[in-house]
Amino acid sequence: MIRKLLETVRFQFVWVVLLLAGAAYGNTAIDTAAQPQVQSHEKAQTEKAFDAGKMIIEHISDAHEWHILEYNGFQLSIPLPVILLDNGKLVSFSSGNFHHGHEAYRGYRLMMEGEYEGKIVKVLEDGETIDASAKLPLDFSITKNVLSLFISVLLLCVIFISIGNKYKKNPNTAPKGLQSVLEPIILFVRDDIAIPGLGKKNYARFMPFLLTVFWFIFLNNLMGLIPIFPGGANLSGNISITLVLALFTFAITTFNGNKNYWTHIINAPGVPWWLKIPIPLMPIVEIVGLITKPFVLMVRLFANMTAGHIILLGFMSLIFIFGNMNIVAGYGVSVFSIAFGVFMSMLELLVAFIQAYVFALLSSIYFGMAMEEHHSPEEHTTEH
Amino acid sequence: MQLVTPGIGLIFWMLVSFSLVLFVLGKYAWKPIMKGIHQREDTIEKALEAANDAKKEMLKLKAGNEQLLRDAKDERDALLRDARKIKETILEEARIKATEESARIVAGARENIQFEKMAAINDLKNQVAAISIEIAEKLLGKELENRQQQQLLTEKLLKDVKIN
Repeated sequence: MIRKLLETVRFQFVWVVLLLAGAAYGNTAIDTAAQPQVQSHEKAQTEKAFDAGKMIIEHISDAHEWHILEYNGFQLSIPLPVILLDNGKLVSFSSGNFHHGHEAYRGYRLMMEGEYEGKIVKVLEDGETIDASAKLPLDFSITKNVLSLFISVLLLCVIFISIGNKYKKNPNTAPKGLQSVLEPIILFVRDDIAIPGLGKKNYARFMPFLLTVFWFIFLNNLMGLIPIFPGGANLSGNISITLVLALFTFAITTFNGNKNYWTHIINAPGVPWWLKIPIPLMPIVEIVGLITKPFVLMVRLFANMTAGHIILLGFMSLIFIFGNMNIVAGYGVSVFSIAFGVFMSMLELLVAFIQAYVFALLSSIYFGMAMEEHHSPEEHTTEH
Repeated sequence: MQLVTPGIGLIFWMLVSFSLVLFVLGKYAWKPIMKGIHQREDTIEKALEAANDAKKEMLKLKAGNEQLLRDAKDERDALLRDARKIKETILEEARIKATEESARIVAGARENIQFEKMAAINDLKNQVAAISIEIAEKLLGKELENRQQQQLLTEKLLKDVKIN
C-alpha cells in the first residue's frame, strides 16, 4: 500500500512541477506582452492591462488586507491589523494606513513589487527608499491567512464541541443532524486511517491529533474553494501552514519512537557492516529519510492545494486575456472557462478530501512505524 | 519565491492556533465523541448479543416446553394405563371376593339348613315321641287291663319306633 501511495505522490510531483512551470512561463510571456501598456499606466489608470500571472500569484499568496473586489478603480477590501516586532519593539497599526502599498506609515512601507514583494520594510524619511541599514522587522501581522486561520479554528471548535456535547448529553442514541453527517467521516478516520496505520492497540492515543489534522486540512481546503470572504484564502496551500502541520507529525513521530525504531535508524539490523563503518552510510540515509517524510507531507499538501487554485484561476484568467484582445472572444471563451472551472472545482472537492486523508493516513503510518515492535531478522529481509 | 518561503508570522500564529485547537478539541470534542461512539458500539454489540442469547434461550425454552408437554402426555398415558389396570384388578378381585363370599354364604346357608333340618327332625322326633307317649298313655289306659295284649302292643310300638 505504501508503495502505491509513493507512486501517486511522485505522479503528483510531476504534475505540480509542470503546472508551476506553465504558470511561470505564462507569467513572463504576459509580462513582456503587456510591457508597452505598463508604461502608459499613469495616463490610463482605468485601462490597466490584465496580468494573469500577477493576479494568480496575488490570489494564492498571503496579504495584509482582505481584498474582496475592485470595480473601476474602487477597491473593497478589509484592512487587517499589522503587528511588527522591530528590534524588540512591538509596533501595531491598521494596514489601511498603507493605502494598498501606495504610502508609507510610521517609517514602514508595504512593498508591492521587487525583492521584498508583499513584505513590510523600513523606509527612510522620504517614504520611498528602503532603509538598507535596518534589519527587516519581524512580521506577526494578522494577515489574510492568519484571519482565515482564526476563522477556521473557531469554526472547528464550534462545530465539534457542539457535537461532542451531543454525545455527552444523549449517549446511546442515533446521531442526529450535523452529528450524523460528520460521524461517518470521524469513523472513517478511525477505521481507515488510524487503525490500519497504528493497530488496534495503539490507535486511541493518536485519535485526537489525527482527527484534528484531518478536519483542519479538510475544512481549510473547502474554505479555500469558496471564492469570497470568509473563504478564498489559500490557507492549506500555504507553505507555512503545511510546515507546521508536518512539524507536528514529525515531533509526535520522534517522541513516540521506541527502541526498535531508533535501532533501525542508527544501527539497522540485517545490513552489512561495511555500510555502517567506517562511513555511516546507512545511518545517514535513515536520518535523511527521517526528514524527508515530514518534508514530503509539507510539500504535497502545499503543492496540491496551490496547484488547484492556480488551475482554477488560470481558467478564469483566460476570459480576461481573450477579453483584452477582443470583447467577443472574451465572452466566447467564458463559456469554456466556466465549464472547465466547474469541472476543476468538482475535482478540487475530491482533492480537498483526498489531501486531508493522505496527510492523516501518512501521519498515522509514520506513528505506526515509530512504534512498531521488534521483528526477527528473517522477516525483515523478506519484507524489503 | 515568496510562495515557497515560510513566513515567521504565519508559522507563529499557526503554531499557537493549532496547538490550541488540538488541545481544546482533544479535551472537549474528540474525547466525548470517541467515548460516545465507543459506548454506543459497545451497547449495540451487547444488545445484539443479548438478542442472540434470548433467541437461543427461547429455542431452548421451546424445546423444553415440548419435552415437558411430551413428558406430561406420557405421564398421563401411563397414569391412564395404570388406572385401567388397577380398575381391572379391582374388578377381578371384587369378582373373586364376591364369588368366594357367595360360596361362603351358600355353604353357611347349607350348613344352617342342615342344622335347622336336624333340629326340626329332632323336634319332630321329640313331638312324635311325646305324641307316641300320649297315645301310648291313652292306649295304655285302655289296654292295660289286658296284660297280654299290652305286651304285644309294646313290642309292636317298639318295632315301629326303630324305623325312625
